[in-house]
Amino acid sequence: MAVPDEPVTADDASANGATANGATANRARPDGTAVSGPRPRGHAVFITVGAALVLGFLGVFFAWPVVAILRLGLGSGLGAVLTAPETWRIVAFTLGQAAASTVLAIVAGMPLAYLLARVPVPGKALLRALITVPFVLPTLVVGMAFRALLGTAEPNAWAIVLANAFFNVAVVARTVSGLWTQLDPRATDAARSLGAGPFRAFRTVTLPALRPALWSAAAVVFLFCSTSFGVVLVLGGGRYRTLETEIYLRTVRLLDLSGAAALSLLQFAAVLAALAVAAVARGRRENVLALRRSRAAVRRPSGVEWVPVGCAVVVLGALAAPIVALLVRSVNARGGWSLAGYRALSGTGGVLDVSGWQAAWNSLRTATDATWMSLLLGVLACLVLTSLRSRWAAELMDAALMLPLGVSAVTVGFGYLVTLHVLPGDLRTSPLLVPFAQALVITPLVIRTILPVLRSVDRRVRAAAATLGAGPWRIRREVDLPLAGRAVVTAAGFGFVVALGEFGATGFLARPEAPTLPVAISTLLSRPGELNTQMAYAACALLMLVTAGAVLVIETLRSDSSGEF
Amino acid sequence: MRRSTARRTRATLAVAVTLLVAGCSLMGTGRDSQAPTVTLVTHDSFVIGDELRKRFQRESGYRLRVLRKGDAGELTNELVLTKDAPIGDVAFGVDSTYLSRAVDNGVFASYRPEGAGRIPIKYGYGANDSPTPVDAGDVCVNIDLRWFEQHDLEPPAELADLAEPRYAGLFAVPDPATSSPGLAFLLNTVSTFGEQGWQNYWRELMNNDVRISSGWQQAYKQDFSGSSGDGSRPIVLSYASSPAAEVDRNGQPRTKALLDTCYRQIEYAGVIDGATNPKGARELMDFLLSWKFQRRMPEQMYVYPVLMGVELPESWQGVAPRPSEPTEMRPQRVERDRAEWIRQWRSLTNR
Repeated sequence: MAVPDEPVTADDASANGATANGATANRARPDGTAVSGPRPRGHAVFITVGAALVLGFLGVFFAWPVVAILRLGLGSGLGAVLTAPETWRIVAFTLGQAAASTVLAIVAGMPLAYLLARVPVPGKALLRALITVPFVLPTLVVGMAFRALLGTAEPNAWAIVLANAFFNVAVVARTVSGLWTQLDPRATDAARSLGAGPFRAFRTVTLPALRPALWSAAAVVFLFCSTSFGVVLVLGGGRYRTLETEIYLRTVRLLDLSGAAALSLLQFAAVLAALAVAAVARGRRENVLALRRSRAAVRRPSGVEWVPVGCAVVVLGALAAPIVALLVRSVNARGGWSLAGYRALSGTGGVLDVSGWQAAWNSLRTATDATWMSLLLGVLACLVLTSLRSRWAAELMDAALMLPLGVSAVTVGFGYLVTLHVLPGDLRTSPLLVPFAQALVITPLVIRTILPVLRSVDRRVRAAAATLGAGPWRIRREVDLPLAGRAVVTAAGFGFVVALGEFGATGFLARPEAPTLPVAISTLLSRPGELNTQMAYAACALLMLVTAGAVLVIETLRSDSSGEF
Repeated sequence: MRRSTARRTRATLAVAVTLLVAGCSLMGTGRDSQAPTVTLVTHDSFVIGDELRKRFQRESGYRLRVLRKGDAGELTNELVLTKDAPIGDVAFGVDSTYLSRAVDNGVFASYRPEGAGRIPIKYGYGANDSPTPVDAGDVCVNIDLRWFEQHDLEPPAELADLAEPRYAGLFAVPDPATSSPGLAFLLNTVSTFGEQGWQNYWRELMNNDVRISSGWQQAYKQDFSGSSGDGSRPIVLSYASSPAAEVDRNGQPRTKALLDTCYRQIEYAGVIDGATNPKGARELMDFLLSWKFQRRMPEQMYVYPVLMGVELPESWQGVAPRPSEPTEMRPQRVERDRAEWIRQWRSLTNR
C-alpha cells in the first residue's frame, strides 16, 4: 500500500460532502503541488512540452478544420437560420433528448457501477466486457434493432432516448465504478455504525465522494447523446430532428454550408453551456478521499443492499435484449436456423473485398493506433491538468479537450477536407487519418477516466511525500502512478472499444481503404439479398466477440494483488 | 504494492510494444508499394473484386487505391468542396441527380475514354461531354410476389395505383431528404405527376398510410416482407436489379420490380480536374468502360452496364430485366429545384 492507513472518519467524509459546493478560493490546490516547494526545472519543462503537444494536436485536428469549414459557410444564411422557429424546436429537442438519455443512462448505470465495485461477482471481467459491447455496435444496427424490438416503425422520441441510453450505460458504469472501487469502505462503515441507514450513508458519504466521476460521466454521456446521429436518424424517421442530423442534412446532402455553419455555432454554444454546468457541478474543490483498495470493500451484499443488485440484474437484462436479438438474427433466416451468414463471412467474394476475419484484423489495427495515440495525449493532458496552478487555466484546457465530443462529426470531417492537404503527405487520404480522428474523440474519455482518480489523491499524502523530500517526479511515481495505474488501463480498454466502433469523423470521412468490421456491416446492410443481411448480423456478432475479447485481455492486465476477482 | 505496480507497468508496456511490433499498427502502411498509385474516389457501393483489380494493376502498372465516400450525394459534395485540392484522380458514382452540381463546379477534366463510342444515344452523352456514363441504376417499386399470391390481390402496376385504398398500409419508402433512392422516387413523382400534381399524390400516399423511414435499409430490410421476410409490407421502393438478389433455392424470384414505376439514375465517372496522376486516371477511365469491367458490374454492384452489346448475366434475364421506358429528369432541373422540392416534401409530410 502506498497510501498510509489514514482512516477518514464519518465526520470528515460528511463534512466533505456538505461543503463540496463551498467556495474555497484561497485554499492551496488540493493536489498538493502548491505546498511542495519550488519545482525542479525539468518538471516544468516537461509540463510545458506536454501542454504544447496536447493543445497542438487539438489545434491541428480539431480547431483549425472546424474554423475553416465555418468560415466557408459564415455569411448571409446566419440570421435566417437563427430566426427560424424551426431551428429552436430542433435545439430544444436536441437538448431535451440528450438530457433525458443522460438521466436514464445514469439511473441504469449506477446499480451496475455498484455491482462492479462492491459486489463479489464471479467472472467480473466478463461482465465488464459484456456491458461494453453496446458501445461498438454501429448506430444503424442498434437503431434497426430497437425499431424491431419496440415495434416502433413510426418516428418515436422515447425510442431515441432508450437507444441512446443503451449505448451510454457502459460509460456511466465504467467511469463511476472506477472511482467507487478505490473508495475507502470504512467511511461508509463508520457512518453506519454511527446510526445512519444504508440509504443515508450512501447519500451523505458515498455519493458526495463519487461526484467527480458522476459529473464526468454525465458530461460525456450528454455530449455523446446531443451529437448522436444514426439512432436519431433511424428512430426519428425524419420527424424528430437534432442539430446533428440537421447539420448532416445541410452539409452532406444539400451542401448548404451557411445553414450548417449557423447550426454548428448553436451546437457549439450548447456544448459550452453543458460543459460549464458540469464544471460548476463538479464542485470548486475535489473531495479529499482516502483512496485505497481492500478486500473488505468487496463483500456479499446484505439486506437492503440487494436492491441495487436487483436493479443491476434488470439493467443487464435490458442491455442483453438487443444484443441477443442481433445474435438470434444472425443464425435465423427465412428458411429456419442456419449458419450461412457466418460461412459466407469467413470466405471472400460477394460484396466484401475481404473476409470477416480480415475486416476484424483491420479493426484491431486501427483501434490499436487510435488507443496508443489517445493514451499518450490523455495521460499527458492529465499530468498537465493536475500541475496547472491556475484553476481557470485547468478548467479551460479541460473544456477545450472535451469539445470534440460535442461538435458534429460532419463539421470536423468536412473541415478536414478543406484543410489537411496543406500539411505534408495529404493526411486526408492517408490511413492514419482514421486513428487521428478517433483519438480526438477518445482522448477526452481517457481524461475523464483518469483525472477524477488523480485529482482525488489525498493531498496530505502528496504533502507528506514532499515533506519527506520527494520531488514532483518521485511523487508522481510513488503516489500518483500506483493509484492512477488502474485508471489508465481502464481508459485504454475503453478507448480501444470506442475505436473498434465507428466514431466521430470516421463515420463520415476517414473511411479506411481496408474495410473494418463497422464498414463491412454497413456495406452488407446496403445491399439487397437475404444472405447479405445475415452476413451483416454475423459481422455484428464477430464485432461483439472481438470487443469482448479485447476488453477481457485488457482487464487481465488490471487484476492485481487486491483479490478483486 | 510498489513491486507489483512496477511489474504491472512492465507487463502493460510489454503487451503494448508487442502489439505495435506485431504489425498491429497502420504506421508505415499505405506507402508500402513502389508502384505509382492511381486513386479512385467513389461511393460505398463500389465493388471491383480481386480479379479485376489485379488485372488493372497488371495492365497499367499502377496501384489502384479506392476511397469510398458515402453515397452519390455525399461523394459529389466532397468533390465540390475539394476541387482546389483534389483527393483523387478519378471519381466514379456521381449520378444524374447530382451531375449538374459537379459539372457546374468544374470538378471534372475533359476526357473521352476508349469505348465511349459504344454508349447508346439514350444516355444523352455528347461527344465532348465529361464525365462519362458508366452504368444505370433504375429506382423502381418492388413487390413481394408471394404475398400478393397469398392474399389474392392484384399487384399494383404504376405509381398512381399506390394511392388506391386497396393498397393502404402496404407501401414502404425511404425519406428523400436522407436517402438517395428516396430522392429518386420523389423526382419520379415530380416527373410523373408534374409540378402541380406531385404534392397531391404524396398527400394521397400519406392518407394511404405509406411508411416513410430514413433509409433504404429500414424500408427494404425491415419493413418489406419480400427480402428477409422480416417486415409486413409487400410493396417497397428499391431498384430494378434488386430481384436478382432475392431468388430462392429453386431459382424462383421472390420479388419483382414494377417496370412502369422506374426512374433512371445514370452513374458517371470522370477524370478529376487537377488530378495528381492524370495519365493513370485516363487509363482507369478506359478500364471502367472496358468490356471486362462492364460485364462484371451487374453481379458486383447491382447496376446495368452502359456499353451496347454487354449481355446481362443469365440469372438476370428473367428476374431483373432492364426497364424499357423509365422516367428521367434533366440534371439541370434537378439541381435547380432539388432543395426546394425536398423542403416542400418535408412540410407536407410533417417532417
